[in-house]
Amino acid sequence: MIKVEGLTRKYGSFTAVDDVSFTCQPGRVTGFLGPNGAGKTTTMRVMVGLTPATKGQVTIGGLRYHDIPNPGRHVGVLLDASAQHGGRTGREVLTIGAMTMGLPDSRVDEMLDLVSLTASEAKRRLRHYSLGMKQRLGIAHALLGDPQVLILDEPANGLDPAGIRWMRGLLKSYADRGGTVLLSSHLLHEVEQIADEMILIGRGKIVAQGDRASLLAGAGPAQTLVTSLDNEVLSTALKEAGHVVESAGQGLCVHAPAVEVGRAALSAQVVLTDLRDGGAGLEDLFLQLTADTQRETPPDLAAPTPGGTIA
Amino acid sequence: MTTAPAIHLDVTNTDPVPLSRLLRVEFRKSYDTRAGFWLLFSIGVITLIAEVITLIVAITQDLDNVSLGTFTAVAAVVTSFLLPVLAIMLVTTEWTQRSAMVTFSLESRRSRVVWSKLLVAFVLSLASVVFAIVVGVVCNAIFAAAGGTTEWWNQDVRDGVIGFVISQSLGMLVGFAFAALFLNTAAAIVVYFAFSFIVPTLFEVGTAVFGEHSWFADLRKWIDFNTAQNKLFELSTMSGADWAHLVVSSLIWVGIPLVFGLRRILRAEVK
Repeated sequence: MIKVEGLTRKYGSFTAVDDVSFTCQPGRVTGFLGPNGAGKTTTMRVMVGLTPATKGQVTIGGLRYHDIPNPGRHVGVLLDASAQHGGRTGREVLTIGAMTMGLPDSRVDEMLDLVSLTASEAKRRLRHYSLGMKQRLGIAHALLGDPQVLILDEPANGLDPAGIRWMRGLLKSYADRGGTVLLSSHLLHEVEQIADEMILIGRGKIVAQGDRASLLAGAGPAQTLVTSLDNEVLSTALKEAGHVVESAGQGLCVHAPAVEVGRAALSAQVVLTDLRDGGAGLEDLFLQLTADTQRETPPDLAAPTPGGTIA
Repeated sequence: MTTAPAIHLDVTNTDPVPLSRLLRVEFRKSYDTRAGFWLLFSIGVITLIAEVITLIVAITQDLDNVSLGTFTAVAAVVTSFLLPVLAIMLVTTEWTQRSAMVTFSLESRRSRVVWSKLLVAFVLSLASVVFAIVVGVVCNAIFAAAGGTTEWWNQDVRDGVIGFVISQSLGMLVGFAFAALFLNTAAAIVVYFAFSFIVPTLFEVGTAVFGEHSWFADLRKWIDFNTAQNKLFELSTMSGADWAHLVVSSLIWVGIPLVFGLRRILRAEVK
């Protein structure tokens, strides 16, 4: 539904977005992940025509944003929840939006209900809103026109944990009804639970994309964390089976898939109390892939391995 | 990743946003913020205070050259100061408050948004003329009721109404043009008032230095927008040369900043 093709945006000699291509599908939530300044916002701004592209193009449902009539009815946009007049009330912000799109006033109340802003909160001026309230209002604004596509930049920013859970549910059910969602974040855990598809961007370039499983598949050799009633016996059994074993906290870290560890435990007749995937998680992968684009590189983090990079 | 089937937005049943709707939205934006509301409110209150003072002076001094125009002129002066500020804020708050991002997402044909704002500013200019005349009528009636000797109408309609409308609109346009050029409320207001007070002084100084019949005095006629505009209050007596001076000086002070400002609005990256 959203198609980004060879998008490049330069500011003088600085390339904010460098030949980025990806697609977002209807019925799916696409997470757009990257550290601060990676080019997420610029990409999204080009999508809605606020920033001209230096090269390449973006189409939404086959149309350039400028060619979509009454775009608010088709594409819900939230780029910056604070980018509203501080002297307007929350209700007024939605009313202006509804008026522009040609929607009845009742739609404003529906949206306020949807994002759980109370009548008295809606009467307050935006200047007095917390960031979380602004985000809720921004999401309400994006959903006003009942669009088929949602483009949300850091929508979870400022939401409390309950708010983040609420937003996940909202976006999930929106996608389940066939909507296309693109949401950006610099925090993996905000996105990994709802995104069907993830696009990782660092320093203007896409470093990885795919669903959770395919991303993890490229995250390096399997490791398993195991704890048992008799770690020594298990350790010996694993070493005999040819696996590398290290002690890790109260248990062991084994350089082998969980199934191999389970099998060794079974044959050695050791009772397992904990068995889980200890390989590089998405978080590690995310940091690894964007390591050279981070402002602060953790000293103990290895440089990205070519084998760990997937396209 | 899987390749997407060609999926298209069905926009066949969606009409573009009509200008009438944008006009209503922009009009609403002129008063729905605290700043906008208080500015409109101040224009009303300051005008009334000025009129009350005028009334008191006229009644206690028992002035005899009072007419409807006397009171209308007071309201005209007050509104002519603040109307450009209103026009400035219509444009600049979108940038200073960053709501332009939302405005231009909902209507990506930016020029239509700008036209709507300009039309709203014109409507407000007309409203200020109506307001000034109504206030003038009420004050003149009060003055007459208080025993003052007054005339209801002692001027040409072209001077009292048409000239007034053009002058208010031009004043508003200067504000609008500076606003579009600077996209910043404070800068636009400062430059606007500098333009209103300092530029005329510079012209006076220049004329004093170079003399009444110098090259400077000749040039001044073409670039002194304030003087050219003041003639509008005697519109019925304006000569062809006066009109030419007005048009040329308007092009310099309104046309040039407006063209550069519009270019900027239409092309700028909206942050």
